[in-house]
Amino acid sequence: MSDPASRAVVLRLRAVSKTYHIATPQEHEVLHGIDLQLASGELAALVGPSGSGKSTLLNLIGLLDTPTSGELYLLEHPTRSMDDAARTRLRNEAIGFVFQFHHLIPAFSVLENVLMPLILRHGKPGADDIEQAQSLLADVGLAGFGAKKPSQISGGEQQRVAIARALVTRPALLLADEPTGNLDTQSADRIFELFQQVNSRFQCAVLVVTHDNSLAARCSRILNLVDGRFQSSVSASDRP
Amino acid sequence: MIPGAVHRFLWTEGLIAVRFLFENVMQTLLILAGIAGGVAVIVFITALITGLQANVIERTLGTQAHVRILPLDEVNYQPPPADDAMILLLDSPRAQRLRSISNWQAVRDMLDAAPDVQAVSPVVSGPALARRGTARASVSLVGIDPQRYQQIIAIAPSLVAGRFAVGDGHALVGTELARTLGLGLGDKLRLDAGDDRIAVVDVAGIFELGVRELDARFVYLDLKQTQTLLDLPGGVTVIDTTVDDIFTADRVAARLARLSGLRAESWMETNGQLLNALRSQSLTTQMIRVFVGISVAFGIASVLAVSVVQHTREIGILRAMGSSRKQVLRVFLVQGGLLGLLGSAIGAGIGWALVQAFNTFGPGLFFIPVPLALIPFAMVIACLTGVLASALPARRAARLDPAVAIRYV
Repeated sequence: MSDPASRAVVLRLRAVSKTYHIATPQEHEVLHGIDLQLASGELAALVGPSGSGKSTLLNLIGLLDTPTSGELYLLEHPTRSMDDAARTRLRNEAIGFVFQFHHLIPAFSVLENVLMPLILRHGKPGADDIEQAQSLLADVGLAGFGAKKPSQISGGEQQRVAIARALVTRPALLLADEPTGNLDTQSADRIFELFQQVNSRFQCAVLVVTHDNSLAARCSRILNLVDGRFQSSVSASDRP
Repeated sequence: MIPGAVHRFLWTEGLIAVRFLFENVMQTLLILAGIAGGVAVIVFITALITGLQANVIERTLGTQAHVRILPLDEVNYQPPPADDAMILLLDSPRAQRLRSISNWQAVRDMLDAAPDVQAVSPVVSGPALARRGTARASVSLVGIDPQRYQQIIAIAPSLVAGRFAVGDGHALVGTELARTLGLGLGDKLRLDAGDDRIAVVDVAGIFELGVRELDARFVYLDLKQTQTLLDLPGGVTVIDTTVDDIFTADRVAARLARLSGLRAESWMETNGQLLNALRSQSLTTQMIRVFVGISVAFGIASVLAVSVVQHTREIGILRAMGSSRKQVLRVFLVQGGLLGLLGSAIGAGIGWALVQAFNTFGPGLFFIPVPLALIPFAMVIACLTGVLASALPARRAARLDPAVAIRYV
């Protein structure tokens, strides 16, 4: 693996805070001055107890929410002052999402679900789009599943479809929120292997939120969030 | 699945909208049935009332001129009072004797050249007594120029016996008069217009205009013979006209009165009650249409409001995958539009079928035509109503916070 310092920075957070306004004058700061940098090819695990702000941080990084203060750079674009349209475009181009409950759209077939980010971007998918989606389905071990409906396949398979969908735009950053939380140990293991493969093959930065310490241990970096602050950021190379 | 005409940028929204609609087939079918019912009512009632009104107007105007030009009423001359004099006037109105329009040929030519006027026909008309044997009936003599008069009231198609011929001692009588006097084709009819002015004519044709009063009283002769009978040599008592747009007849009449210096009477004036009834009817129809339209709109809005809640998580996913707020907004607007379009297409079909059923099995009093433009018009309106009705739910969908929506269960 090449030296992280020489790789392109995908994500940079500088003193990012998030405050929720509950009721005047009650305010609740969930994240306190977070600094973080993620380079392409990195596979990072975000761990922490419930309520530590993991989901909030993931929403900020995924441009689904805006920080109260600080700045978040995605592919060196400052994002805090972007309008919704620009954030949406950047999200579509640069970020792939995988959710805990796989979140496929039941009204669409497996192949259409994988194609959805491209359909949202430029309408009717071309032949090369379909080819790419099919090869991604093959990569996640679901060749020939394209015509099925999400309800006709198992939970593990649905999660694989979600991963293929997240990768179809060749994103620089892949975000996964408890991607294995809903699966049995074996399926979870296979899904995690898939993340590792994707990470090394596409050289995208991967950030996985997980409760599972054994899975986190297999990442190149562990970010431990406690009460809205990183407690320790351990790089795989630093570990004994 | 998506019509080719849909603009390319709506492809994505159309696809998602259609899938969302298909996802809950029962819900979609129910609202489609609701829209279809509403549109069917609107199409049927519009066609019915339009047909009914057209029929009533046709029947009314089929037997009368749109604007009649008449001589001015005769009034008593009142000399101006002397200075400081006070007038105490007892004025008995004058009897309006039958008299001709002075210089009617010039008036006719002026009317011929007037815009908005379609047909012009000078007529001389007055009362007479008709006799056959010992049977008598009071009649109205109508002396006509056959070519011109046919354009005002089509008598030839109303003939039930004989042929359309006036002049040379020929006359046309109505069915009621023929019955009263026991007249048949070729029978002699004695007409007495008073002051020993008597003519005996042959019945050349019997007409039925469908208005009892006219069928019992009108006797059509040619101009010359009538002028002689009524002692108005060379004169006409009225000039009948038809106008291009029947509902502007009152304005045309006012203009013609000013132009000719004569009295002009429009059918709208003489049929005030009828016009009032027609207007009230139109207003009622309009209200039914508006309220049914509003009900349909609320139906669409409520179904889409439910759909937004049902699809909250999907909206969150779509947003996370790079769907803009506007795209989400359009997905629901398109759903509203599609529901309106599809529902109205079905409804228009049902409405059309109802009209056909009415025409086939109904009372048969009159025929309802379905104006060709009505159906596409109803569909466009329903489609727009759908889009408007979906505006509120669509706005709610677009405003959903994706981070919250995605975790919605």
